[in-house]
Amino acid sequence: MATSTWTEKDPMVSATDVHKSFGDLEVLKGISMDVMKGECICIIGPSGSGKSTFIRCINALNPINAGSILVEGQEVNDPQLDKLELRKKVGMVFQQYNLFPHKTALENIMMAPLKVLKQEKSEVEARARDLIKKVRLDGKEDSYPGELSGGQQQRVAIARSLAMRPDVMLFDEVTAALDPETVKEVLVTIRELAEEGMTCILVTHEMGFAREVANHIYFTDRGIIVEHGPPKTFFTKAKDPRTKEFLSQIL
Amino acid sequence: MSARHRIPGITATATTDLPVLKPFNAKASGHDDIGFCRFLANLSPQTIFLFVFVVALWPIAALAQAKYTLGDAFDALWKWIPFLVTKGFALNILISFLTMAIGTFAGVLLGLWQISPNRAVRKFAWAITQTFRNSPWLVLLFIVMLAFPFEVSIGGLTIPIPDWMKAVFGLSLPIMANISEVVRGAIQSVPTGQWEASESLAFSRRQVLWQIILPQCFKRMIPPWMNWYAILTMATPLVSLLGVEEIVTLSRQAMEGEDNHPELLIPFYGFCLVIFFVYCYPIARWTISLERKFSVKL
Amino acid sequence: MLQAIQDYFRELYEANPSWNFIYIYDPVQAQRVLDGLLMTVWLSVVCVILSVVIGVVGAWLQGSPVRWVRAIVQGYIQFFRNTPPLIQLLFFYFALGQFTPKYSPDGWLEVPIISNVGWAIISLSFFAGAFNVEIFRSGIEAVPESTKEASESLGMNRLQTYGYVVLPLAFRVSLPALNNNLVNLVKTTTQAIVIAVPELLYQLVSIYNDYSTAQNACMVLMFVVYIGLVGILVLTMNRWERAMRIPGYGA
Repeated sequence: MATSTWTEKDPMVSATDVHKSFGDLEVLKGISMDVMKGECICIIGPSGSGKSTFIRCINALNPINAGSILVEGQEVNDPQLDKLELRKKVGMVFQQYNLFPHKTALENIMMAPLKVLKQEKSEVEARARDLIKKVRLDGKEDSYPGELSGGQQQRVAIARSLAMRPDVMLFDEVTAALDPETVKEVLVTIRELAEEGMTCILVTHEMGFAREVANHIYFTDRGIIVEHGPPKTFFTKAKDPRTKEFLSQIL
Repeated sequence: MSARHRIPGITATATTDLPVLKPFNAKASGHDDIGFCRFLANLSPQTIFLFVFVVALWPIAALAQAKYTLGDAFDALWKWIPFLVTKGFALNILISFLTMAIGTFAGVLLGLWQISPNRAVRKFAWAITQTFRNSPWLVLLFIVMLAFPFEVSIGGLTIPIPDWMKAVFGLSLPIMANISEVVRGAIQSVPTGQWEASESLAFSRRQVLWQIILPQCFKRMIPPWMNWYAILTMATPLVSLLGVEEIVTLSRQAMEGEDNHPELLIPFYGFCLVIFFVYCYPIARWTISLERKFSVKL
Repeated sequence: MLQAIQDYFRELYEANPSWNFIYIYDPVQAQRVLDGLLMTVWLSVVCVILSVVIGVVGAWLQGSPVRWVRAIVQGYIQFFRNTPPLIQLLFFYFALGQFTPKYSPDGWLEVPIISNVGWAIISLSFFAGAFNVEIFRSGIEAVPESTKEASESLGMNRLQTYGYVVLPLAFRVSLPALNNNLVNLVKTTTQAIVIAVPELLYQLVSIYNDYSTAQNACMVLMFVVYIGLVGILVLTMNRWERAMRIPGYGA
């Protein structure tokens, strides 16, 4: 590990001119953003604008072609990168929950701390039970993912990521696959996290939620950041015509 | 940009195909109705010839000193091929045809019994199906071979039953049981709404079955039926164990006729492998194309 | 008690000459049946184990980056699945058996290193193994990429992802097909008779060749034992399948 001079006052995540292509298709054409500790960032934009790709790059699930992403001062685009170190710091929740269907809710949460971090079982279990309570799923510890609703599964997935005690949480359209009734329970969980000071980066279509919870909103289209700003000004005083058109369609 | 007008969760309903587990596509076992044909059809035709070629080449070095060369063995095979095909393989095909005919007839009957409204009939058909599906083909062959008389007399007329005919009966049993399962599965794959709808239109059970349900699932049964035909054809060499003079038995006799040189074994058995492949491969391709065609329409 | 049973069958034979249950009262024949049964069970167990090992190794090799390794595995699968197992047995024992080295235990007799039982085990294991490769590979492919990504984003390395998530899931998914194939393998062991492996079918056939009056009795035993063996196997496998089912998925 290169010794970094990163301090808590520097950006938690700092992306500079990130480029990413899938074959001939250039998905990210120079994305830059800084996320400070404790901030909650929402990335919005039409489908195919590259927002999901971008947050997957933060977690090194997709390698980037050019530019740089620093997570706590550590370069993600480094071939020597210790992915384990990065992923201990960065938790990620997916649109499709991606729970392990052969493990109970509790086992899903405990698996990574036990197997990856090799932590002590009794301690991990106590923490996992606390997390289950935190996401309001008391009594569902021993249910299998297939026996839970979408919203419940997604909350287990959030708890599973939190069990690694990350510094940053990435949420990739976590409510897009849910029924309208269960969207709310997941958003409540995320909002509580943000309020507790967790650094969150969300890709979302929930404009109401973004407006209430986010510190800063980024609008992406066709691989670039078109416009960004705090929610108050962003939603009412958008300057770029593309932003205006997008907002007019959904608000 | 049209994508802008469809924003999942906002301007359109959120769509999802939850990737909890993708469908299990084993090309291997009974789970896939036409697994055997699917596998066979996916082969490149060269593969097996290549394999036989490699296997044939490998021992040549070891045999180089021997007087009787592999070349002589192939000459001998060449001489015997017309006999092996017209007398031996033709019987394999005849056995497969007759077995399939008997097995299908009995299997359809048994399959229909399996969905009978009468509980006793259903249980009986189920037990028969499971018994013959789960016993080794060879055991069934031996039993039929011994249990059947050499001849039957019907009203003073004595009809001899040749060994190969007995083999047909023996092979028909497992085919019957498996076709029974195909029929049951196909009928049960028709949504129950079809039964309810037709019953509410005052069709009798028999009418529902023959005029509404079976026409719908007939096409669905053809690919698995052909798959079983291919498996059956591959199983016909079993009857050589009972002395029926099909291709494997005749190959053995031919090798004896050529003084049993060990060099003969690879060409002769290799030829058996190739001829079965050549026969089954087009059937497999056809099965796959039918399956594709029917699955689009259904 | 045993004496009474034996006497009963001896009398039965005297009264009905076509029902000679010779293996019940003649210890020599009883021993033959027992030997045959043991050989059948031994053949089945060894072949089941070897074929599963072949399946796992083959599925692993199929994912190899080296092209010719994949080609060899593919060629192996295609050959063994595509030809009658009976001819495979003949081919292995007679055609390939003549090229294996021989040794001389007493300086007089020439014994091949691989006996007919050995060839039966090799041939049948490779036969069933070819199906197992496909079954395991399909099982691994049924685990979605996103589930692997989820475990990666929890900091698991490739080995952990496979060990804790992919393989346990793949195994559960493959189990029904695997069981089908193993049942089929046990049925196929009867074909080893073609190279004179003294399994149950072989022994029973030789008994009624020696004692033609025992024909009916041998047939009855043949039928009962094989139905019983396969039945026990199917029942155990089904129970195991149910126990290993992933809760909430499938029927």
